[in-house]
Amino acid sequence: MRASRPTSRTGRLMVSPAVLMLFVWMIVPLAMTVYFSTQYYNLLYPGKTSFVGLENFAYFFTYPSFFTSVINTLLLVGSVLAITVVFGVLISVLVDAPFPGQGIVRMLLISPFFIMPTVSALVWKNLLMNPVSGFFAWLSVSLGMTPVNWFSDWPLLSIILIVAWEWLPFAILIFITSLQSMNQEQKDAAQMDGANAFAVFRYLTLPHLARPIAVVVMVESIFLLNIFAEIFTTTSGGPGDATTNLPFLIFTQALLEFDVGAASAGGLVAVVLANIVAYFLIRLIGKSLTEA
Amino acid sequence: MSKLKQRRRTFDTLRAIASWLVALIVFFPILWMVLTSFKTELGAFAMPPEFFFKPTLENYREIMDRSDYMHFAWNSLLTSGGSTLLGMLVAVPAAYGFAFHPTLRTRGTLMWMLSTKMLPGVGVLVPIYLIARNLGLLDSRILLVVIFALINLPIMVWMIYTYFRDIPRDILEAARMDGATTLQEIRRVLLPVSRGGLASTALLSLILSWNEAFWSLNLTTTNAAPLSALVASFASPEGLFWAKLSAVSTLACAPILVLGWGSQKQLVRGLTFGAVK
Repeated sequence: MRASRPTSRTGRLMVSPAVLMLFVWMIVPLAMTVYFSTQYYNLLYPGKTSFVGLENFAYFFTYPSFFTSVINTLLLVGSVLAITVVFGVLISVLVDAPFPGQGIVRMLLISPFFIMPTVSALVWKNLLMNPVSGFFAWLSVSLGMTPVNWFSDWPLLSIILIVAWEWLPFAILIFITSLQSMNQEQKDAAQMDGANAFAVFRYLTLPHLARPIAVVVMVESIFLLNIFAEIFTTTSGGPGDATTNLPFLIFTQALLEFDVGAASAGGLVAVVLANIVAYFLIRLIGKSLTEA
Repeated sequence: MSKLKQRRRTFDTLRAIASWLVALIVFFPILWMVLTSFKTELGAFAMPPEFFFKPTLENYREIMDRSDYMHFAWNSLLTSGGSTLLGMLVAVPAAYGFAFHPTLRTRGTLMWMLSTKMLPGVGVLVPIYLIARNLGLLDSRILLVVIFALINLPIMVWMIYTYFRDIPRDILEAARMDGATTLQEIRRVLLPVSRGGLASTALLSLILSWNEAFWSLNLTTTNAAPLSALVASFASPEGLFWAKLSAVSTLACAPILVLGWGSQKQLVRGLTFGAVK
């Protein structure tokens, strides 16, 4: 349908508040971040602002924790994506066929998605992973093993487990919905022709799930690149910088050391990193989102 | 033949058992949190853990008595409710424009909106913090309302857009033929037809704002701090009261959990921008 002139004016009028708000929300802070990143600017010494060129970037790039934090960020995003997609697919296929209590099982499975990050972080840290009186410690002792001191021996893994638990339900929710739209007759026909369960999974189910998997990867990446509350409430980035990801490193620069210049430089690095990821993701599935 | 049937039945039973087992494992942390909230502080630390115990409401009573819980809950309610309202007021017209008055740039604009979600919060935290400080808005509910609305806006526009996109154009054109203005068209025809979609969009915005932690932790201290910040304050050593932490957590999560259970089907559409049905 071709839009005539008055319609397109109405359309623009309706769209503009949202576009304007988002544009300001994006461009003003971003411009300020770019400006601050070239300044020596510490909130503790407000009078001593001066232009330093790229020094903040040099400082940030050579900062010992910087490299670690980038690696931690990528490890966190990558592992959680892998865990949630693999287990998400397996669990969704498992609960797809009708059985007694299927509705309740689904409700239980997606529940963690609705728990706020600060709660899930603290519940896991204190009630489950505490090395002395946590539930896991009791499990280990009952099985005759030594309890694991999660947050000091496996700090990043601990964070990964918590975040994966939070996001597994999202993957399950999406995959379950997608599986419902699968052609049952095709599956039955394949089984009649002698295809075993694995072949059906490999050649029918997986291809059907390709697009939902892409969607899950994209949506989760957006949120996982920004993981903050779980780290803030459990390890504060430690021990050392073992669980410091990029968001947390910038947070310590800005709000703990008040170094606005360095924090802004770091912020821009985070923006660039996110955009590299976004670029590939949008190319990967952006098209399938606007079609259909 | 009956042997095959027999095997099939065994397989189904095993599958049901496995499903229940997996679901209980995934749900266990939440169950354990709720159970712990009804224990005494001593019982919460007990080793081996108490599975059968005399439940007490002591923790809940104490949390409620410390009147600050209501203060934080009120903040959560106001900020997530306010931001949802603000978001809907901006998102509905935008989605209408995109869906019913598309131009060559519509697709690009929609993708651009989504891409603002890729802008990491930390990338703009410093400027937002300084702007808020200079405007005297640090630790204010207004600030959180605006920020929550902005971070959820792209998802809300997309979600409503995908609902509007599926509405047959004839309905709207018929109304327009009858001389309805654009506003009447929206109010009389579009909104009633898409009530379900709008409700689930608002619900999703409510859930996301209620659980938001990054901005609430960084921009509030006490005055405007929502429940997610209150729970975080239990991370400090003085907060080593597991039973009370569990009670606060249960109170903070219960309303959203119930909302989530009730709306799981509609949520998928919003969360995937209609790409998965």
